[in-house]
Amino acid sequence: MSELLGVYRPGTTFLHRIGPGPKLAFLALWSIAVVILRGPTASPAFLVIAIAIAAWSGLHLRRSLRTMRGFLLMLALVAAFQTWQRGPEVAIAVVSSLLALFLVGLAFTATTAADDLLSTVERLVAPLRFVGIRPERIALAFALVLRALPAVLDVARETRAAARARGLDRSPRALLVPFVIRVVAHAYATGDALAARGLDD
Amino acid sequence: MIELQSASVVVDSPQGPITLLEPTSLSLTEHRIGIIGPNGSGKSTLARLLNGLVLPAAGQVLINGLDTGHEGREVRRRVGFVFTHPDAQLVMPTPLEDVTLSLRRSVTDKRERRERAREVLAGIGLADRAEVSVHALSGGQKQLLALAGVLATDPEIVVADEPTTLLDLRNARLVADRLFGLRQRLVLVTHDLDLARRCDRVLVVDDARVVFDGASDAAVDHYIALAEATP
Repeated sequence: MSELLGVYRPGTTFLHRIGPGPKLAFLALWSIAVVILRGPTASPAFLVIAIAIAAWSGLHLRRSLRTMRGFLLMLALVAAFQTWQRGPEVAIAVVSSLLALFLVGLAFTATTAADDLLSTVERLVAPLRFVGIRPERIALAFALVLRALPAVLDVARETRAAARARGLDRSPRALLVPFVIRVVAHAYATGDALAARGLDD
Repeated sequence: MIELQSASVVVDSPQGPITLLEPTSLSLTEHRIGIIGPNGSGKSTLARLLNGLVLPAAGQVLINGLDTGHEGREVRRRVGFVFTHPDAQLVMPTPLEDVTLSLRRSVTDKRERRERAREVLAGIGLADRAEVSVHALSGGQKQLLALAGVLATDPEIVVADEPTTLLDLRNARLVADRLFGLRQRLVLVTHDLDLARRCDRVLVVDDARVVFDGASDAAVDHYIALAEATP
């Protein structure tokens, strides 16, 4: 899944042509609507719309589903737990909502170049310059999150493999401690990488 | 010119301060400078001093007259750094976006920035990989991309910390040839003695000290003798 997240796929679809600003606004409104209006009828409807948006953005749904196996497995566990605890209607609402949010997020990253996103966020937070906040820093942090998500997933996968190699895959400590240490190390490495290009100020 | 004036690096630890580099004075003017030595000897610390990623606990490091301690930002704009592990250096999802990020400071026009990024990628042989995920690149391609990200900032000096260590022979040669073809001054930390022999001047670092400083062949011979003498 890490290969899929946050990767811009050049294209000429309508979603590619819309600026990052309107897309960000839609993403925010979409997320609020999906959470507030969730229910056994509304959530599957949101999911259908999300699938349509993802397909419209040029995402290969079959390939996406294949690379989302880990996420889908997690959703299956969530669905089972919710069905057991609160009934099938809630399970349908929760799982549909999560998938709807995830797919629209994918469509956003797939149709928005990081450079365009940086410029838009910089412009949006420019008024904050007057209170001492540097817009370029906020924008860079925003864009780095897109890259950090797949990187953190990679770290999680590698940590799980390392624990399994030592027969410790059922030990939360063997998974969590190295995971946290490696994520912090990754953050330091990213800081060094930006500094190495003179982008640390 | 790269100047170290009694520069030392000391870090705190629960067991007390640890010296990573003893006070070192150097004046480096050559075009290709190699740094060799055993693991943990202080090579990377010395390299990281040169662009202010590590600051001296005492003494000074001057890059073309700029002090890394007080003018770190200016120094880092002039000294590009290539890490051993390219994954640590690639911060954007695709090569084109990664190089574009490097150009944000120097090129304000978005369209021109992307064109320049494509030119940089073409120059490093990655034109056809510009828009694939960085995950899909080979180790050699990732290292070349890391180098492209640094070169896009047009540095005066490139410091490369074991850039070929993780690569197979073919990719290592590819990256090395790109590095040795640079017009910029190159400071290369390496375990590859053939690469060290291609440098104009080589420093041998051992036990947090520069134990030899001279012509490449003599330096490599000194390092081999040092390794053979160490039990």
